[in-house]
Amino acid sequence: MTDTAKKSSGIMAFANPTRFISLSDALLPWLVGSALLLLAVGFYMAFAAPEDYQQGITVRIMYIHVPFAWLSMFCYTLMSLSALGTLIWKHPLADVSLKSAAPIGATFTALALITGSIWGKPMWGTWWVWDARLTSVFVLFLMYLGIIALTRALDDQGRSARAAAILTLVGFINIPIIKFSVDWWNTLHQPASVLRLDGPTIHPSMLWPLLICAIGFTLLFSSLHIMAMRTEIWRRRVSTMRRLSARRAEGAAQ
Amino acid sequence: MSHFAYVTAAYAITVLALVGLAGWILVDQSSQKRALDDLERRGVRRRSENREAS
Repeated sequence: MTDTAKKSSGIMAFANPTRFISLSDALLPWLVGSALLLLAVGFYMAFAAPEDYQQGITVRIMYIHVPFAWLSMFCYTLMSLSALGTLIWKHPLADVSLKSAAPIGATFTALALITGSIWGKPMWGTWWVWDARLTSVFVLFLMYLGIIALTRALDDQGRSARAAAILTLVGFINIPIIKFSVDWWNTLHQPASVLRLDGPTIHPSMLWPLLICAIGFTLLFSSLHIMAMRTEIWRRRVSTMRRLSARRAEGAAQ
Repeated sequence: MSHFAYVTAAYAITVLALVGLAGWILVDQSSQKRALDDLERRGVRRRSENREAS
């Protein structure tokens, strides 16, 4: 066996659903605990940080809006990698990952849109504008809804997995559009102030709580995703076992 | 509407949505686990489990 083949079989063994469930049993309490701890520390620091000299208290919305916006794109990127896992390696856990991430990604995207809108009203004087950033994130939300519908529309899981993987990969084009929309077009939404080539433009007293909250929400997202993946594995087992049980009952009756 | 009310509304909606999402995932998880345990109690096994057992 070549080194590459050995490595790939090692990864496949790790991605075995039964092993995934036993590993996640051990990992989940730590993941949930660290997420809650980081969020508690992050929000304590956020509410102790000074108010913005122009935005006043409304800058506190940043500590939830920005992590949600990052996670909406992170989740879609994770789903796109899972889609590659489905199309190239045909690994069942890749489809489980894509299907279970979609509702979580949709929730975070909806929260990014809602909290952004609530922040926009006092700062911009409007709840919504159809500028390139807001519109591209709204399109991302619609993509999530489409993928949720598609992963639940067909009874044949294989066909549904392939269709959802292709749709997810086609939709990935929207991720760089969202990121660079504020540079490519004239938008009401401000340009990036953290992930910039010349470094963040936010004062450290606000940047640190923002980063801690972002890591906390990322760990929360990972916990919810792993929980949803375990549930999806169990759902598929229940469906297979019910089918086998019905077939055996039919065989016994004949 | 005061600025405080905007901040409160944003945080309240966030808590509601995240608690709702986590609750939905937990309820779904426990119902699938219950269904799986029920089938196992009735002696239904997957083919891979039969192979592992033999």
